[in-house]
Amino acid sequence: MKEIKAYKITQAVVELVKRANFSLRKDVLLALRLALRIEKNKRAITILGAILDNAVYAKKENLAICQDTGMPVVFVEIGQNLRISGDLKAAINSGIAKGYKKYALRNSVCADPLQRGKSGFSPGIVHLDIVSGDKIKLTLLPKGFGCENKSQLKMFKPTVEVDEIKKFILDAVKIAGADACPPYVVGVGIGGTADYASLLAKKALLKKIKSNPGLSSKGTVPALERELLLAINKLNIGPMGLGGKITALAVNILTYPTHIAGLPVAINISCHALRSASVIL
Amino acid sequence: MKEINTFRVGQDLLFSGIIYVARDQAHKRLVEAIKKGRRLPFELKNSIIYYCGPTQTAQGKIIGACGPTTSARMDEFTPLLLKQGLKGMIGKGNRSLDVKKAIRKYKGVYFITYAGCGALLSKYVKSVKKIAYHDLGPEAILKLEVENFPLIVAIDAYGGCIYGED
Repeated sequence: MKEIKAYKITQAVVELVKRANFSLRKDVLLALRLALRIEKNKRAITILGAILDNAVYAKKENLAICQDTGMPVVFVEIGQNLRISGDLKAAINSGIAKGYKKYALRNSVCADPLQRGKSGFSPGIVHLDIVSGDKIKLTLLPKGFGCENKSQLKMFKPTVEVDEIKKFILDAVKIAGADACPPYVVGVGIGGTADYASLLAKKALLKKIKSNPGLSSKGTVPALERELLLAINKLNIGPMGLGGKITALAVNILTYPTHIAGLPVAINISCHALRSASVIL
Repeated sequence: MKEINTFRVGQDLLFSGIIYVARDQAHKRLVEAIKKGRRLPFELKNSIIYYCGPTQTAQGKIIGACGPTTSARMDEFTPLLLKQGLKGMIGKGNRSLDVKKAIRKYKGVYFITYAGCGALLSKYVKSVKKIAYHDLGPEAILKLEVENFPLIVAIDAYGGCIYGED
């Protein structure tokens, strides 16, 4: 059986902390550049320009893209033929704490949600999944809370019309409005259970943004993603909520089988500074 | 800010001067202090508050990333601060009806700045001093000296709001 020592995982997480917080994802950068070409509103063009300048400056100066370096969320896929010597979750949280300190990011994590008190760098949220093979894949998503605060969950009836689900998603974007740093990436989880739909909505943010959704794959989900993106971009919320054609860069949907009695739908919105980084060991 | 009465919604400007960084927990404490008649850590009269919580400062830098946070979370505390003489606020997103009324009543102004551009905005900060509530970590009150800090007037003292009518 292949073996990996826990400290190797800590080292890998430290590196992910740097990559995710200093360098904007390539697909997000491409989507922003495309948005700049489409946008006609003068103010929106200025703001998109500032967002792109910010990404360049952050990378050059080793500064966080956004001061909200998030609640660190780590998705782990462990091959079932891999043995980890040491404590996996402790290794991940240690990597978060070391990385956030080393790169002078923000200690935004309150140890006690009710008492609040002094905040620290960790713990993060760790989602574990067992997969086939003998490797481990780690993905870090530093999730800012301006947009996390706009998350929603609704348990629909199984007989619901798709239009009602679309309205729920459009309304969630309207509620986010100018507050959560549009243009957004809208993550949607459909099916499973209440908790699982919420996890899918967040995981949907990891899906690569298609730069030309109009020409991409067929099927119910891609069609729904396209339709929703068009509808959202007609809301005229625009960059920073000051109007424009680009309110969302993408709508990413993940689905899972669900129960005959229900249809959970969860929404997890990301700001334009959608940051994540992965590594396979 | 002497010229506050001249600001009109939608106007772009570059601000140079002093701004105080304060967000959620600092607001809660400021309002508690006012209600108990205690002295505030800085002179609220004619001051500007920036809703922000910067990252830590790396070696050789003046400040870390320092963009605006969502202003709406401060709405419940803001009318009292305006009543006490606060003049300006900098943040992102819309404000409540109560805040808009208070801005009008006490002749204040609400600015927004480039949201999600914390690295870029750090360029305009010339000095930083931690002045109160150190135990709040990233939520401590800071005094910043800024130069040509980009602002957009989002709500003016005449009932104008950049996001439209409620």
